[in-house]
Amino acid sequence: IPLGAGLAFAHKYRKEPNVAITMYGDGAANQGQKYEALNMAALWNIPIIFVCENNHYGMGTAEWRHAKNSSFYTRGDFVPGLKADGMDVLAVKQVVSYAKKYALEHGPIILELDTYRYHGHSMSDPGSTYRSRDEINAMRTERDPIERVKKLLLANGFDAAELKKMDKEVKKEVDDAVEKAKAAPIPPDHWLWKNVYAAPANTQLRKVDGGYNTPDYDPEYKN
Amino acid sequence: MLLQRHGSSAKCMSSRHSRQSLMSSRRGSLSVTRSQKKQIMMWEALREAIDEEMEKDPTVCVMGEDVGHYGGSYKVTFGLYKKYGDMRVLDTPICENGFMGMGIGAAMTGLRPIVEGMNMGFLLLAFNQISNNCGMLHYTSGGQYKTPVVIRGPGGVGRQLGAEHSQRLESYFQSIPGVQLVACSTVANSKALLKSAIRSENPIIFFEHVLLYNIKGDAGGPDVYQSLESAELVREGTDVSIFTYSRMRYVVMQAAQELEKKGYNPEVIDLISLKPFDMDTISKSVRKTRRVIIVEECMKTGGIGASLSAVINESLFNDLDHEVVRLSSQDVPTAYAYELEAATIVQPSQVVEAVERVVGSKLAYV
Repeated sequence: IPLGAGLAFAHKYRKEPNVAITMYGDGAANQGQKYEALNMAALWNIPIIFVCENNHYGMGTAEWRHAKNSSFYTRGDFVPGLKADGMDVLAVKQVVSYAKKYALEHGPIILELDTYRYHGHSMSDPGSTYRSRDEINAMRTERDPIERVKKLLLANGFDAAELKKMDKEVKKEVDDAVEKAKAAPIPPDHWLWKNVYAAPANTQLRKVDGGYNTPDYDPEYKN
Repeated sequence: MLLQRHGSSAKCMSSRHSRQSLMSSRRGSLSVTRSQKKQIMMWEALREAIDEEMEKDPTVCVMGEDVGHYGGSYKVTFGLYKKYGDMRVLDTPICENGFMGMGIGAAMTGLRPIVEGMNMGFLLLAFNQISNNCGMLHYTSGGQYKTPVVIRGPGGVGRQLGAEHSQRLESYFQSIPGVQLVACSTVANSKALLKSAIRSENPIIFFEHVLLYNIKGDAGGPDVYQSLESAELVREGTDVSIFTYSRMRYVVMQAAQELEKKGYNPEVIDLISLKPFDMDTISKSVRKTRRVIIVEECMKTGGIGASLSAVINESLFNDLDHEVVRLSSQDVPTAYAYELEAATIVQPSQVVEAVERVVGSKLAYV
């Protein structure tokens, strides 16, 4: 979160009309560094938008069990906050454009976007030990963002066949990308030492077997 | 443990650099130097370095506690806010984790912040930012983001500052991949090194020492830079290689005067670059003298000396006649009591003893 404050600070330093968006989850909303960043952002009127993606679980701990005050948009104290339905694409679009106007004019603002997570937090989290399958299914049927947009389009006369085609295209794109990733070559050993330093002159890195290796700077990974 | 209070100041003898040998008397230090040019203190030299670089490059900015209106807790940023404004010399609230992250975020987009920790010990609160975001970001982003920050601050054992304000963080930071550690020791090299550090594309952690801010010496002009990866040869010799850095350089030089009287000829090298080590200078010296003593202010366990000792052991084993001797601080929190504080760090008499032990006795030249 402070990194995002730094990005916004650089915009203000250079007097650019840009904002920075720094995102965190409801679990991370309890971190001290968030409040440090909020304090500094409000103090110096930095054009930053703090976005809390509230999916109601901090990996395995439900919101009501880890936060005393789970209205995360109010936890900015002196920094104003807005809450929006994160599963509604158009609502999110509106609220972010408002937030940008606000941030450029008045300073930091917090957005809380209410959303949900179907799967587990990571590869090691099955996602079912701390909540019921009914809850997950209910969310999927009622609030799924893509379904919602689909319903809206169909209700407004969009062609169902078009939507099906788009669906197929996107699925194919994702499948192709997965295949390409699976077939991609394993990185060669000497890439281990690449880009440790931006200016690697004289910064010999000692290898485990006692020799030295000069790291190099190659952001294109050409060789 | 024999505790000695060193009495009067001793004149320094080198003709190459003019520097003051520091002593631990309560009466304060005298500065006696023989140079013709106007002498400045180390804090002034650092201030000049920051001033010159900020003037040349508008993306250089300073962030830290009390750097602006207060003038800097060690006067290193004295008056700079009047010249450059509050945006470029930013007074931060007391949130090291927060403002270190902010500085690194600003660096990612092209600014070159100099983040000051009022005392190196406070940077422990920012360790996550320094390790994960500063050190690793360049690697994990595949070279897309550079973090050209300079993280500087005074560390080391001062005059009765207490345990938490007398920490030597070199030992904790040395394992972080992707950062460079630099320790300055004289007025001249502090200015030149800080200028190079600000210009460098890598993140640099720049260690100063609390007790060295008021030493006087000559500093170079606005175009004098020094390599961040080279060690400095302080005194050429043949008997033993003494590797040291920061304030311990003065302790060693004080011991060297005594050793000269006894007939020894130690070679003293100031490491300057704590990560990566300047293995060229180090191996040349070890091959010449075949004996090594490392004098450092870090703790015995896991300090810079421990790393250096292991490296010398691995690479230069056949060039050694004696095991590597490490003189480091005791593994205790630094006491407040003056005598106990002096007992935790290395004193010149210990260095003399160690050299005598390592080199063997010398015939007294009559």
